[in-house]
Amino acid sequence: MAEFTLPQHSKVKKGKIHPSPEGAERTKTFHVYRWSPDDEDNPRMDSYTIDLDECGPMVLDALIKIKGEQDQTVTFRRSCREGICGSCSMNIDGTNTLACLKPIDEVKGDVTVTPLPHMPVIKDLVPDLSHAYAQLQSIEPWLKTDTPAPENGERLQSPKEREELDGMWECVLCFSCTTACPSYWWNGDKYLGPAVLLQAYRWIADSRDESTGERLDALEDPFRLYRCHTIMNCTKTCPKGLNPGKAIAKIKKLQLERH
Amino acid sequence: MTAKRPLSPHLMIYRPQLTSMMSISHRLSGIALATGSIFLVWWLVALAYGGDYYQMVQGVAQHVLGRLVLLGFFAAVSYHLANGIRHLFWDFGIGLSLEGVYRGGYIVMAFTGLSSLAGIYMLFLA
Repeated sequence: MAEFTLPQHSKVKKGKIHPSPEGAERTKTFHVYRWSPDDEDNPRMDSYTIDLDECGPMVLDALIKIKGEQDQTVTFRRSCREGICGSCSMNIDGTNTLACLKPIDEVKGDVTVTPLPHMPVIKDLVPDLSHAYAQLQSIEPWLKTDTPAPENGERLQSPKEREELDGMWECVLCFSCTTACPSYWWNGDKYLGPAVLLQAYRWIADSRDESTGERLDALEDPFRLYRCHTIMNCTKTCPKGLNPGKAIAKIKKLQLERH
Repeated sequence: MTAKRPLSPHLMIYRPQLTSMMSISHRLSGIALATGSIFLVWWLVALAYGGDYYQMVQGVAQHVLGRLVLLGFFAAVSYHLANGIRHLFWDFGIGLSLEGVYRGGYIVMAFTGLSSLAGIYMLFLA
């Protein structure tokens, strides 16, 4: 049964306020979700006011600045700072995105930053993605074949067959879409969620893959696939502009055509 | 340690947007229709029961509060019907781009608005 409110130990309290730096003309305040396994307390929202004239344009720049100058205990994942590694996915101003691709000036007023929604928190903005990764593994996201590889070593595709994979190979597995999906919030234990289903379709649509039938068999399940109710929060939020909702609809259509 | 890990905020912090709001409205209007159909049955049973009882039920339906309920039912029918057709298009793989989802959403809302206006006219002004 779906629980619409947070459990008692997860309720978010008011936190510390870190004041504005002196002499700053253009400032912005960030409210950042904080929780550490080292203290026994509930999560809290700490506020940091920064000087925008001394900061890069993206929310990730602001977080790095806060960590560097105001509070080195603020914890988050980041790596490439150009939307290709998928590490810095989080909820910014109410929607999931990559902090490195989210311009600060797109947010009116204060910026609220929380971890990807409805996930167990390891620390601050770092969610535990183990279950989502296990779900990804369950769809066997690699080429599966029965026939031996051709002599020259490569399985060839026509440009058109290769085009089928556009809009899917670009996924950086940040799980912004999956954690934006209310169906995943309530049934994430069994429902695979949009990110994993997009990858499932990426292999179903691959002309070189020879286990399409088995892949569809594995998805034909009231929870794994059909908890998608076409809410489309996934497509709305994808920081890479991909369309997981459409990929899921294509899987459903293929299931129907088989029967 | 895993057991005491908090659950990150979800429903209460996620920004309401056309996608999720129209989805939950589809469910709510469906619940309204299921509930309303009980009254529809009551109205039909009253017809079979005889003139006096039917008159009484008609009186309830024609009362201002009764007509407000009818208007709500009418709006729920309009929305659920139009959005149901939107879902049918999606099931055929049509209109699933982000622009398509929004365009379809606006059409459904416009249809619901117009038919509700017609409902107001029929129930209160005609």
